[in-house]
Amino acid sequence: MGHRENDHIDIVGRLLKRGVSRRDFMKFCTAMAATLALPAGFATKIAEALEKARKPSLVWLEFQDCAGDTESFLRANKPTVAEIVLDVLSVDYHETIMAPAGKQAEKSRDDVVKHQKGKYIAVVEGSIPTKDGGIYCCIGGRSALDIVREVCGNALATIAVGACAWDGGWPAADPNPTGAVGVKDAVRGITLINLPGCPMNVENLTATIVHYLTFGTFPATDSHGRPLFAYGERIHDHCERRAHFDAGQFVRQWGDEGHRKGWCLYEMGCKGPETYKNCPVIRWNEGTNWPVGSGHGCIGCAAPRFWDTMTPFYKRLPKVPGFGIESTADKIGAGLAAVTAAGIAVHGIARAVKGKPKEKETTE
Amino acid sequence: MNQRLRVYAWEFPVRFTHWINVLCILTLSVTGFYIGAPFIHAYSSKQYIMGWMRFIHFTAAYVFLMSVIIRLYWAFAGNRYASWKIWFPFSSDRWRDLVNAVKFYLLISRKPPYAVGHTALAGLTYLIVFLLFIFEIVSGFALYSQAHSGALWTLLGGWLLGIMHVQTIRLFHHLVMYVLLVFAVLHVYIAWHLDTVEKNGLMGSIFGGYKFVTGKEWE
Repeated sequence: MGHRENDHIDIVGRLLKRGVSRRDFMKFCTAMAATLALPAGFATKIAEALEKARKPSLVWLEFQDCAGDTESFLRANKPTVAEIVLDVLSVDYHETIMAPAGKQAEKSRDDVVKHQKGKYIAVVEGSIPTKDGGIYCCIGGRSALDIVREVCGNALATIAVGACAWDGGWPAADPNPTGAVGVKDAVRGITLINLPGCPMNVENLTATIVHYLTFGTFPATDSHGRPLFAYGERIHDHCERRAHFDAGQFVRQWGDEGHRKGWCLYEMGCKGPETYKNCPVIRWNEGTNWPVGSGHGCIGCAAPRFWDTMTPFYKRLPKVPGFGIESTADKIGAGLAAVTAAGIAVHGIARAVKGKPKEKETTE
Repeated sequence: MNQRLRVYAWEFPVRFTHWINVLCILTLSVTGFYIGAPFIHAYSSKQYIMGWMRFIHFTAAYVFLMSVIIRLYWAFAGNRYASWKIWFPFSSDRWRDLVNAVKFYLLISRKPPYAVGHTALAGLTYLIVFLLFIFEIVSGFALYSQAHSGALWTLLGGWLLGIMHVQTIRLFHHLVMYVLLVFAVLHVYIAWHLDTVEKNGLMGSIFGGYKFVTGKEWE
């Protein structure tokens, strides 16, 4: 740890020492170009840029979180994306993986903020509680709100990883007892890249940083501040089971014939048709698989307020508010139809019993 | 039998859009219900059931949009029975008619709500129905715009995604279908009921345009 901003990285040499060949490095650069939706020729540009890159310091803050994004960050396989990123970056503060503890740990964070103002990258994982002065998450006697404002406010840019750091995620789900918010609502006026998901995909974090190291800018984002290369396309439109959707072949029960044959999970409540992320394309764990590929519908974890809006996860439509928790739209529809039919029947009978109004009466 | 007057109430665009709307609502309801909860299951991957359902749904949606536009235009260009003014019970007379109509339908009063065009209650109902039509169009295009990025679809409904969550839009798009189907059933029953009481050719008028009035309509 320390100030390594001027360190030149002999990245290829370092990787060779770790048993990662130049070929593997070039494969990584090509994969990054593909993830960023850049033409293949950019792989060499990325390689050149990474070889020349200076190590930016990285401060990884964790607040109301489950360390799931940290797991995702460290869970990459060989030739390890994480190793490459860790070699390019100087991770100066990360509670879960750093060696120092207590005051020394706090000092490494404060040093970065003090000595590298406006030059380091802040990564935030977890939501920030705001209720009751933010007392629900304190580190070293300081509230998360206080820390995030200082660290992100002085950073070159902030990358909010995971659903919680984006819009509050799980802790912000109704009734949100801690008044949890994401970075975008906790600190205003900063350069912020959001990588929502539960957890975020490490490939997208790596690609975002590689984009910065290659071009000196962060990737283009949508209205939610999410990079378009990762959140610009709908899961449903790139799903490997899409042909079964169009054909009308659906899983109707877990373990049924359709499920065994890999049919569409639409009827099982898959939220792929309303979620924007590149999961079907880059997949997870070095492209091994992804939720829909393994037979479970998408739960829309990269969508806004997903815990409140995408539930129930195993039904197509949300529950109807104010009609009791078990009501669904179709039950209400059937109820409306029954009331209408009954109303007409009663009216018709009453009309028959009373008899038609006489012409004389109606002329009055 | 009193002398009856033959009045041309419903002009061609009114009748035309009415029947287009009927076809569209039936088509959109069946295909829309399938899209929400696929009730036919393919036995072969060579089939294209959801594909066709969605194609028919989207095509019918465009037809419905055009029909609603034509009818709204005719609310300004057409005769007094097609006018937008009939949708708003502004005057005290219209309010009284509205109360009388409700009493008649609840079998409290025996005096039917005579009108050459729409009764006050019917006018207000159609205002609500047209607002529901517009909601279905906007919410439908909002859902459609998820896969079709473009200024046209943003204008037709995509903007709603910025205000309502997509799942809320989906829920209300679905619920309003039921409301419109309930309206359709009541609409046919009430029309038949009034036709038998007033004997003014109401049921036939939506085919030919003519109603046969007795003069009580002007009282």
